[in-house]
Amino acid sequence: MPKFVSIEEAVKLIPDGATVMFGGFMGCGNAHKFIDALSKSGVKDLTMICNDASMPGGPMGEDYYGVAKLVHNHQIKKLIATHVGLNPEVAQQSMQECTLEVILIPQGSLAEMIRADGAGLGGVLTPTGVGTIVEDNPYCLGKQTINGKDYLLMAPIHADFAVIAGYKIDKAGNVWYKGDTSNFNIVMATAADTVIAEAEQVVEIGDIAPEDVRTSGVFVDYVVEGGLY
Amino acid sequence: MDKSQIKAFIAARVAKELKDGDVVNLGIGLPTLVPNYLPEGVHVTLQSENGIIGTGSVTDENKDPIHVVDAGGSPSAVGHGGSFIDSSVSFGLIRGGHVDATVLGGLEVDEEGSLSNWIIPGKKMPGMGGAMDLLVGAKNVIVAMEHTAKGNPKILKKCKLPYTAVKCITKIITEMCVLEVTDKGLYMTEINPEFTVEQVQAATEAELIISPDLKPMV
Repeated sequence: MPKFVSIEEAVKLIPDGATVMFGGFMGCGNAHKFIDALSKSGVKDLTMICNDASMPGGPMGEDYYGVAKLVHNHQIKKLIATHVGLNPEVAQQSMQECTLEVILIPQGSLAEMIRADGAGLGGVLTPTGVGTIVEDNPYCLGKQTINGKDYLLMAPIHADFAVIAGYKIDKAGNVWYKGDTSNFNIVMATAADTVIAEAEQVVEIGDIAPEDVRTSGVFVDYVVEGGLY
Repeated sequence: MDKSQIKAFIAARVAKELKDGDVVNLGIGLPTLVPNYLPEGVHVTLQSENGIIGTGSVTDENKDPIHVVDAGGSPSAVGHGGSFIDSSVSFGLIRGGHVDATVLGGLEVDEEGSLSNWIIPGKKMPGMGGAMDLLVGAKNVIVAMEHTAKGNPKILKKCKLPYTAVKCITKIITEMCVLEVTDKGLYMTEINPEFTVEQVQAATEAELIISPDLKPMV
């Protein structure tokens, strides 16, 4: 059973220099209240694994949306992502200030590399990236030909922490996602030493039908309640 | 034609490539105009790679920008009969050959059917997002773009920018012509009647093979 803790207590779990996966896609499915507290915590030198760096200017008029707050506060020293073009601060910090290292991985490969780690697999063979500079990526372990077709062998990706977000989470830690917020949250919940899940609402066991659970509570270590966003 | 007319002209021609029942992924920009021009009776299922199969129109009633966005991060919606999936399933759908067509723009394409559209080294590094997976996974890859950039050819003998994917394009559709990618090179099957074959070739670095059955692009 996961521990139910305050956002402040959960943020204290994350030390300087930690590798943290954040579920979400352009802020949609980010653990908003946890990330907001983390952005004010002073924790630094994080390696962030996330599809993107979100963006300044959120849908409700936020100055910085989701994980963009962590970039803005210079808390990230290394970013592993698929697309960073909508957050200009990433280019500024990586190409002008040279304070942020960015490793870009194709989106489908990133999802599967994280899934592989969580599923105990030694890597992923994907045709994506063959013949491109992805072959020079530090996570690309080589090329193989199977039945006449070329594939890249991509390494599994693991993190110290995964920070995921669900709409409803029950007291056994089972997660129900609203809309298309599940995105990277589902694979990330399987691929970290410690999984922190933010609920908009914590509900009683049984309030989420077992067939509607997308992330089982067995993957979740800590639950925080962020309230409706 | 001005810029918006060019985009509308290309989008309208791309729409004729799509068949009733196709599962389609559209890139950002010009490709998003394509559904406006679908022929009568042609209905496609639009996939958004961040996790929607069967996108719908955003209305005041269903708008939920916190929980439902498209692949550009803008508010989106799921349509009648659609569903939400996670990123792993979404890219399984893409790589696994379950997407019939993808339409996307390009900075450069070449006569081998390779495409570059994700990075300008030293200047811009937005990232490939889902583009590399879509190019290797979709059954038909349609590049929809303006024929030149500030008068310079974009259809080259060989791409100069880093590839997004190699030998992946099925068809290139511009305001000047329709090109099919074949083993022998780029085969021009249709031409916009506003241009001559010589004008199209002059705007193209790659050598074009002209179909004996060249048709007007309408």
